[in-house]
Amino acid sequence: MDSHSGSGRRRFLTSSGALAGLVIGAVRSVRGQTAAPAAPHSDGSSLTRYEPQGLLAYGQPSTFADNVVRRTSQHPTAIRDTALMTPLQDLDGIITPSGLHFLMDHTNGIPDVVPQTHRLMVHGMVDRPLTFTVDEIKRFPSVSRILFLECNANSRPLRGPNRESVQLIHGRTSCSEWTGVLLSVLLKECGVQSDASWIVAEGGENNKYTMSIPLAKGLEDALVAYAQNGEPVRPHQGFPLRLIVPGWESIRAVKWLNRIHVVDKPYATWHEAGNNADTAADGKGMWYRFELGPKAVITRPSGGQRLPGPGFHEITGLAWSGGGLVRRVDVSLDGGQTYREAQLQQPVLRHAHTRFRLPWTWNGEECVIQARCTDERGEVQPTIEEAAELFRVDVDYFYQADHFNGIQPWRIASDGSVTNAIA
Amino acid sequence: MRLRNLPLAGLIAIAACVPALAQDPTFGFGRTPTPDEFTAVFPSAAPDGTGLPAGRGSAKEGAAVYKQKCLACHGPSGTGTPLHRGLVPLGNSKPVELEESLVPYATTVWDFINRAMPWTQPGTLTPDEAYAVTAYVLYLNKIVGEADVLDETTLPKVRMPHRDSMIPSRPEWNPGQRRQFGHYP
Repeated sequence: MDSHSGSGRRRFLTSSGALAGLVIGAVRSVRGQTAAPAAPHSDGSSLTRYEPQGLLAYGQPSTFADNVVRRTSQHPTAIRDTALMTPLQDLDGIITPSGLHFLMDHTNGIPDVVPQTHRLMVHGMVDRPLTFTVDEIKRFPSVSRILFLECNANSRPLRGPNRESVQLIHGRTSCSEWTGVLLSVLLKECGVQSDASWIVAEGGENNKYTMSIPLAKGLEDALVAYAQNGEPVRPHQGFPLRLIVPGWESIRAVKWLNRIHVVDKPYATWHEAGNNADTAADGKGMWYRFELGPKAVITRPSGGQRLPGPGFHEITGLAWSGGGLVRRVDVSLDGGQTYREAQLQQPVLRHAHTRFRLPWTWNGEECVIQARCTDERGEVQPTIEEAAELFRVDVDYFYQADHFNGIQPWRIASDGSVTNAIA
Repeated sequence: MRLRNLPLAGLIAIAACVPALAQDPTFGFGRTPTPDEFTAVFPSAAPDGTGLPAGRGSAKEGAAVYKQKCLACHGPSGTGTPLHRGLVPLGNSKPVELEESLVPYATTVWDFINRAMPWTQPGTLTPDEAYAVTAYVLYLNKIVGEADVLDETTLPKVRMPHRDSMIPSRPEWNPGQRRQFGHYP
């Protein structure tokens, strides 16, 4: 799997650079397509039609921006679960470029599914089981929504060399404009029976990932997406169809979606009853946790960066919540003793990353900065100590916990260097 | 006479159609799956056994399947290898580590083995092999005996050690409800 290498795009750029001088020739392009044969001009002249190739056909970032890449904290192997994190510290605004969207896969290789033969089947407790082609899905009335995805394992407080980067700690979240058909539209087309209460969604990859989702959520706002940031969903993100479940742990967002089974109970699949069930302090299992908590993280300045010196600096970062809208973000410049409200940059959207900013003049003294999110439901992001109280555990518990949404403090030393202030 | 009765016949027809019309498809896209497509749907098992195919196997028989198709990755006693997780105990119990398997239903184990294993050739186990190797994995976890036969009736009845210690005990979701362990100061 190429996706294990953080330098994948650099290799890609190198190869496309080599092609740059041959843009008109019938070379195999970097997009894996053979150039169209030269056709005579409509006026009959001998000029051949120009078909852009390589970087002219599909643009890529500057070669000087080649450090803006996904990274991993794991050893790359072909067999372990893949975890590639979004470089939040290098990004602006709220949209994650599709090529930088995080991945955390549980499959043996990333399939590039043939869309012409791919089908989505909706069956089970419905009046009319139906099979749809991808083209048929695209014919339904569609919607575009800007939505974040976040892995339930994001934001664990880290120890060791990985702890000095917002990317490796918090980079299992990304935000895209997803376009597709509301699942409710498809379910209505099939006629859901009155005693149905859950759906089981299945992926079309070789390991056939499955996940149970309450029908109420499926009818509320789940989306069968065929496009991400304006273009077809990338293979790594589930091409040609991905189920998007807004605000929920993205283990529910089944990739390569090919089946919706309408049922009357959760199926306790491996990835909800085995792999992603945590244990509480008393040893009880915690599962079906669905919604992600409110979270804000300062992306600049953040761990591993260095302020060039005292003076004006804008503090900025991202906030989001599975509870819906981010109502406010407060930033502390004194390690949480006092907070001031940051400015939320429009658009502020439900279940989307929200960009916050706070102008700041640094006096050159050591300090600890941190951000705290409050969502529309009134849930407030806790400190790690407050989270420990809620869970009745020691703070060490969270180093392996899922759904941790504790506040991330960054320490700025007098030389401007920024480090993780969680012990 | 036919003509005279037509309006009435029409009304009856419309009245008879009302319930059906209310549930009619709006767009008419897609088609009814063929019998072959229904047959091709991969089995999916619910905790109560719904969806389990016919078949049977015991740990005794499963040992051979395990040795041939599972041992290379999961190790001779199921405790894993450097690149692969163990399956003793079953589940991923953390942060609080458990000695016994956290997975609350045997159907979960069967379903994942059947659909996703062996990792490089998923979906190739016969129904009997899937039941047998599930029995062997449960036997390694000291949950069933070596000679216990698992089939579509007995598998859902296997008592997993953490069967009743999952929270929430009845998974469900209602719009607007507060998150478990949410912070509301």
